[in-house]
Amino acid sequence: MHLLKDLVNFLADPRIYFVLAVGMLGVLVWQRNRLASGRVGYGLMAFLTVFFLFGSFDRNFRLIVTKPDNVPIVGLIFVLLFFTWYAMAEAVKNDQRLEVGKPPIEKEEENRVWVWPDLVYTELIALVLCSVILIVWSIFLKAPLEQPANRAATPNPSKAPWYFLGLQEMLVYFDPWLAGVVLPGLIIVGLMAIPYIDMNPKGNGYYTFKERKAEITIFLFGFAVLWVSLIVLGTFLRGPNWNFFGPFEYWDIHKLLPLTNVNLSEYFWVRMLGRGLPTNWAVREFPGILVMIVYLGVLPAVLARGWFKAYYEKMGAARYHVGVFLFLMMMLLPVKMLTRWLFNLKYIVAIHEYFFNI
Amino acid sequence: MATEVKTIEPKEPALTRAWNWLTDTQIWKSIFRHGAPVTDRNRVLVMLSNVFLHLHPIRIRKSGVKLRYTWCMGGLSFFLFLVLTFTGLLLMFYYRPTLEYAYSDIVGLREHVPLGIMREMHRWGAHAMVITVWLHMFRVFMTGSYKPPREFNWNVGVIMLVLTLLLSFTGYLLPWDQLAIWAITVGSNMARATPFLGHEGPGAALLAFGDVKLIHAGDDARFALLGGTFVGEGALLRFYVLHCVGLPLAIAVLMAVHFWRVRKDGGISGPL
Ligand code: HEM
Repeated sequence: MHLLKDLVNFLADPRIYFVLAVGMLGVLVWQRNRLASGRVGYGLMAFLTVFFLFGSFDRNFRLIVTKPDNVPIVGLIFVLLFFTWYAMAEAVKNDQRLEVGKPPIEKEEENRVWVWPDLVYTELIALVLCSVILIVWSIFLKAPLEQPANRAATPNPSKAPWYFLGLQEMLVYFDPWLAGVVLPGLIIVGLMAIPYIDMNPKGNGYYTFKERKAEITIFLFGFAVLWVSLIVLGTFLRGPNWNFFGPFEYWDIHKLLPLTNVNLSEYFWVRMLGRGLPTNWAVREFPGILVMIVYLGVLPAVLARGWFKAYYEKMGAARYHVGVFLFLMMMLLPVKMLTRWLFNLKYIVAIHEYFFNI
Repeated sequence: MATEVKTIEPKEPALTRAWNWLTDTQIWKSIFRHGAPVTDRNRVLVMLSNVFLHLHPIRIRKSGVKLRYTWCMGGLSFFLFLVLTFTGLLLMFYYRPTLEYAYSDIVGLREHVPLGIMREMHRWGAHAMVITVWLHMFRVFMTGSYKPPREFNWNVGVIMLVLTLLLSFTGYLLPWDQLAIWAITVGSNMARATPFLGHEGPGAALLAFGDVKLIHAGDDARFALLGGTFVGEGALLRFYVLHCVGLPLAIAVLMAVHFWRVRKDGGISGPL
């Protein structure tokens, strides 16, 4: 038992957790034909159920999972995994039909049916079921109410509402101006830009993976891994001082983690060149600024000639550059995570003088 | 309901007679303009003559009515929105958005109102709606339904997604307990760091006339959000008004646009 719990605690470490999440997405994409069977999907749900049941015998686990506002996130874990698997399974079904020259299932169901009764009754049933679930849920789980608001007593941890915890998790890697303002803004812009950037005419109105490999993989990475999995991480695995705590670990306020993060400027001037940091910020941050210029300015142009040549030609310059910029901004998060974990890198650019840290 | 006609067997003449009498009264006929939708003609009429049903088309792709295709997530988001509007309205009877009363009104709701699960339904419904809206977006993406001609409707959706989160965020403050003010404090502190417009954001220092700063704690983006420099009375009122009036109105209008566009773009998507 203890061994198992320790193992789960170990696997839940943000670094391993994130790599596992990416790995799961990779396996889903790579082995999709095998994973498409019902046995896998329902097996996964059964496994999760057993895990939560087993976990709830542990005091620390129970404490964090049954916190009223956390209950929906337990549900979110289930529905997200289920629907990710389900969408993929339906896509595989259609892909296999397309391979042997048959049209997708949706094409065969193209004929029209009467809205009354076919749709109206479905809606009625959905409405009744949804009401029942909501009412039962409301009877058995009280809405939380803590002590009256008190500006003098800051709780530890102070968490944003759960749907913003992915953003709060980003604060580990970025300053608020990026994690709280610019990146969320770009998420909205990026979502809105999707239909105008994606030029692939295929896969419109039916499930498919084969015809939209890149689009779906990127979207799943952004939605399932970066957005939802970080919310789950922020909700269940972040405790006092935003330190990491395994699901079976006691939230110890005094847990201390050594923080020895180093800026790129220090790596460059002090460790590589063996001299002091220049006093002028422009000189000091020159290497970091250069890195960012290369990443956001030069890299897209280079890729347009190399790997992404086909995309560049298909999409045209404007779509390509907007799309790649948004993609690179999204990838800034995993890049920053990796450099943090591997090199303890704090900031790539650190102009504290102007609150401009990347 | 007009559908009950199905359950009437010809063997029960008394009931049939009663039914026939009922559907022949002036009152009934003033409400329902046509017979039960068991014939094709009446199935058309029911959709055309009922304001709620006329959101729907008359006939729809077979794939479009299947759970497999839509997961019913758009519909559930809308249903939850209606539940939230209704329960929210009831909560407004009991709740006053002032520092003096906010918390104690919530305590009162939980202790003195019989059968009080309205607060629960409102809170869990709100959490659920956030999740169903995400899953709806996920489904729309996976079926490629944002592709032409539905680009614009996807955009309407993204804005509604943001509004849903804002509705949830503004509502989170209203109980005025520790959970509420600190979650909103953490969230709204981000606005301090808005580039140029937050007093701790990059570039804000550049907006100054000599020594006079244009952007400071008393006029930056966070101040506009909270109506003060911290989460206090101003913030409570602002969030209340946005939560109960501003944002619901905005999202309701967008929902009308959204449903209209689903119809105008050719109904639920399907292979071309
Ligand atoms: C406030 C939340 C929302 C409500 C109440 C809502 C409601 C609906 C409903 C009832 C449908 C009909 C088909 C279905 O149920 O799937 C629909 C379709 C659609 N929704 Fe939403 N929606 C919401 C948010 C969104 C979001 C966040 C997006 C995308 C980012 C979106 C994009 C679309 C698109 C493109 C369609 C057409 C799909 C098709 O034809 O297959 N909606 N919406």
